[in-house]
Amino acid sequence: MADASTTDAFVEFERVQKSYDGETLVVKDLNLTMPKGEFLTMLGPSGSGKTTCLMMLAGFETATHGDIRLGGTSINNIPPHKRGIGMVFQNYALFPHMTIAENLSFPLEVRGMGKSEREQKVKRALDMVEMGTFGGRRPAQLSGGQQQRVALARALVFEPELVLMDEPLGALDKQLREKMQFEITHLAHQLGITTVYVTHDQTEALTMSDRVAVFNDGRIQQLAPPDQLYEEPANSFVAQFIGENNTLEGVVKEIGQGRALVQLDGGEVIDCMPVNVTEAGQRTRVSIRPERVEYNKERLQEGAHTLKAEVLEFIYMGDIFRTRLRVAGNDEFIIKTRNAPDQVRLKPGQQIEIGWLPEDCRALDA
Amino acid sequence: MSDTTQSGPVLSADGTPLKRSLARALRMQKVRALMLIAPLLIFILLTFILPIADMLFRSVENRIVSDTLSETVVTLRDWDSVNGEAPEEAVYESLYYDLFVAAEAKEHTKLGTRLNYEQTGISSLFRSSGRKLDDIGEDHVKAMEKAGGGALKDEALWFEIITGGASGAGNTALLEAQRTKMAQLTGEDFSADIGFVPGAEFSDLFPRTAMAYTDFALFTAVLDEDVVAEEDPWETVFVAFAQEVQVPGGAEKLAAYTGPGAAELTAAAEALADLEPVSFKASFLDLDEDWGDVGNWRTIQTYSPTYTSGYFLNSIDMQKGVDGAEARPENQQIYITLFKRTMFMSLVITGSCIVLGYPVAWILANLPTRSANLLMILVLLPFWTSLLVRTSAWKVMLQQQGVINDVLVWLGLVADDARLVMINNQFGTIVAMTHILLPFMILPMYSVMQTINPTYLRAAKSLGATNWTAFWRVYFPQSVPGIGAGSILVFILSIGYYITPEIVGGTKGVFISNRIAYHISSSLNWGLAAALGTILLAVVLLLYWAYDKIVGIDNVKLG
Repeated sequence: MADASTTDAFVEFERVQKSYDGETLVVKDLNLTMPKGEFLTMLGPSGSGKTTCLMMLAGFETATHGDIRLGGTSINNIPPHKRGIGMVFQNYALFPHMTIAENLSFPLEVRGMGKSEREQKVKRALDMVEMGTFGGRRPAQLSGGQQQRVALARALVFEPELVLMDEPLGALDKQLREKMQFEITHLAHQLGITTVYVTHDQTEALTMSDRVAVFNDGRIQQLAPPDQLYEEPANSFVAQFIGENNTLEGVVKEIGQGRALVQLDGGEVIDCMPVNVTEAGQRTRVSIRPERVEYNKERLQEGAHTLKAEVLEFIYMGDIFRTRLRVAGNDEFIIKTRNAPDQVRLKPGQQIEIGWLPEDCRALDA
Repeated sequence: MSDTTQSGPVLSADGTPLKRSLARALRMQKVRALMLIAPLLIFILLTFILPIADMLFRSVENRIVSDTLSETVVTLRDWDSVNGEAPEEAVYESLYYDLFVAAEAKEHTKLGTRLNYEQTGISSLFRSSGRKLDDIGEDHVKAMEKAGGGALKDEALWFEIITGGASGAGNTALLEAQRTKMAQLTGEDFSADIGFVPGAEFSDLFPRTAMAYTDFALFTAVLDEDVVAEEDPWETVFVAFAQEVQVPGGAEKLAAYTGPGAAELTAAAEALADLEPVSFKASFLDLDEDWGDVGNWRTIQTYSPTYTSGYFLNSIDMQKGVDGAEARPENQQIYITLFKRTMFMSLVITGSCIVLGYPVAWILANLPTRSANLLMILVLLPFWTSLLVRTSAWKVMLQQQGVINDVLVWLGLVADDARLVMINNQFGTIVAMTHILLPFMILPMYSVMQTINPTYLRAAKSLGATNWTAFWRVYFPQSVPGIGAGSILVFILSIGYYITPEIVGGTKGVFISNRIAYHISSSLNWGLAAALGTILLAVVLLLYWAYDKIVGIDNVKLG
């Protein structure tokens, strides 16, 4: 992120800091560059600073330090209504005293657009979210999902180049949420708009985004496409936060090019990919994804590393089996296996041997 | 009935119709709920609804004229009030007998007071005439008493004459009629057995005398609780007999009379021969020449009916004239002006409360809770101070030697000899009442504004609205229910406000309520006060209805 002022950068945060009380920083030294047309998700636990970043971008909060640029020009001193950024709020914020059509017409009216043009655009926007027949209703007469669509249409109707979404699907039930996730990404790509999406739901972040910025403690922990984020977490926070993760603690014994020997606290020595450990003697957390662990000897791949394990609990979850094991003194070691016809169902108390490829086993910071 | 697929009604498990079982199940709940609110309901009914209904009824009720002058009202009905001549003898005759009984029961002054609301001077006319009624027919009474060696001075003889002795038939119809009349006049219960029934023979021949004696008998037995046969009859009895025996044909009637005391009555009739028949009209004009005044009679005739629109006409500066309702003279018109002023000032007070209260409510709703609570205490502080103290404080502030004027003079903005008049006028009332009613505006507005999510404003701004547009198009419409609720509250409170205008209003800044209070407690014209109150109530209901039509009462929220 050294060259923040690359030519294709559309949204830029440069060394942005934010403090509310003058004592603690909510956002610490944020640097972020987004190209045009990207769908970027800010993901993180509550209080990690992701919403604050969004609000600074929208103009409702001012950065304490640093520069925020949109299309190459600094917007620090531009009031929100002149930024031309569409925004979808968590509770939709549809104006309750206006009809749906009036809600959509509002941003066009304040831009001084003529009546016929307004009606045409409102109609097009409502059709886009399949709400064409609801123009005369009031927000209170719509269901949560319908309100969500209207809020989306309102944020898009004045054709902004950048749309911000602040946990827009938080209030919907699971099925509707999944449907809307698909629709939002579809629309965003179809219209080619740049989107910044804030959520604390990692599934949402993984399924929707081009890139995900994982926030914690006021910093971006990792900024990467979803697959890279999941498979190659940059540190133990990201590994823990994204998806399910098994952690084994130990000390780096030997470190070489793309390979580290880690002695676990239980005494076993395993092969790992060093990610952010640099020298021998460092404490480390080894991260292995549950679905990358194999216990069926025939399926173990060449070069796999094996460890002894005891089955503690077997949970039938339909499409997968979830088995809790004791591995190297860790009682919370989870493995996930597909419910295939030839799959062995483990029983509690059973002594087995598990194994994984060294590439799937990442030595992270302690 | 709601069931269309089945032919019969839906039945519950034990076979009774479902509707009936449901009604039975719900009835218990309803009864229990009713029992819970019953104490409050009864309290409100007895101490609020009934007194109000009673007061409202007084605005049209006008029994006092027909109750007090029951006979006069009937004889006066045919009098032509337009041709400018005083009524005929028969009216004065009725007036004499009515007024005599009323004076005995001390009801005539009340009637005088009532009629004085409509025609000044009537009160003293009734009062002085009531004292001097004995002058009428005085000579006739004296002559009758002297006749036959003073035989008619014997009260027992009179009792016997009127009752017709032990054997004669009684005229109970007359007794019952007079019972009713006396009951209406005095409001007492006259149904008790008084051991007296007028005789049929005498009362057929001399009905007026029998009627006068029956009145006397009822009054003596019921109100004075004396024995009728042992009391001197009223002068009216003598006058009535003199009148009845001196009319043409009176002597023949007396000759036909054979009952007790026939001889004594004949002697009395002979003693009357030298005297002119009693002329009631002339006698009344002798008592007071105002009895010849057509205006007085017209007032009595106009207010004879049991119900009157007179109070209401009075309330809108009109009066009952010869040809129905007419406007009062210019210098007596006051109520329309007062109603208009009350409405206007209430609107101004409501308006200034909105203007002053809206920003305060907005700040309250948008401050962090801790500071908002502190500010809320400041808003509520006036509630903890006595209304009188607050109003008096304004007096201290606004008067010509008061704080504000002193400061202005000290600053040199106002000359010492041209101090501002800010009290005892409309300005003083508006200032003081705005201050007093402001919390009633702020609280509903605050509670409504509290429910408006601040993200609406953010959303509006993100959609491109300036601060002002966002406020005016998005925030303000959502706060209108609070303004509506506050306005209704303040307007209705101020339209009936009394204490503050009374203290700081002077003559120019008083409300209609001050006039109502004056009629209730000083002039005692309750009928007019009730009419004014009814109009005020109707105006408020009308405005409420209009508000519902225009804004919609659903749009009023207290939070």
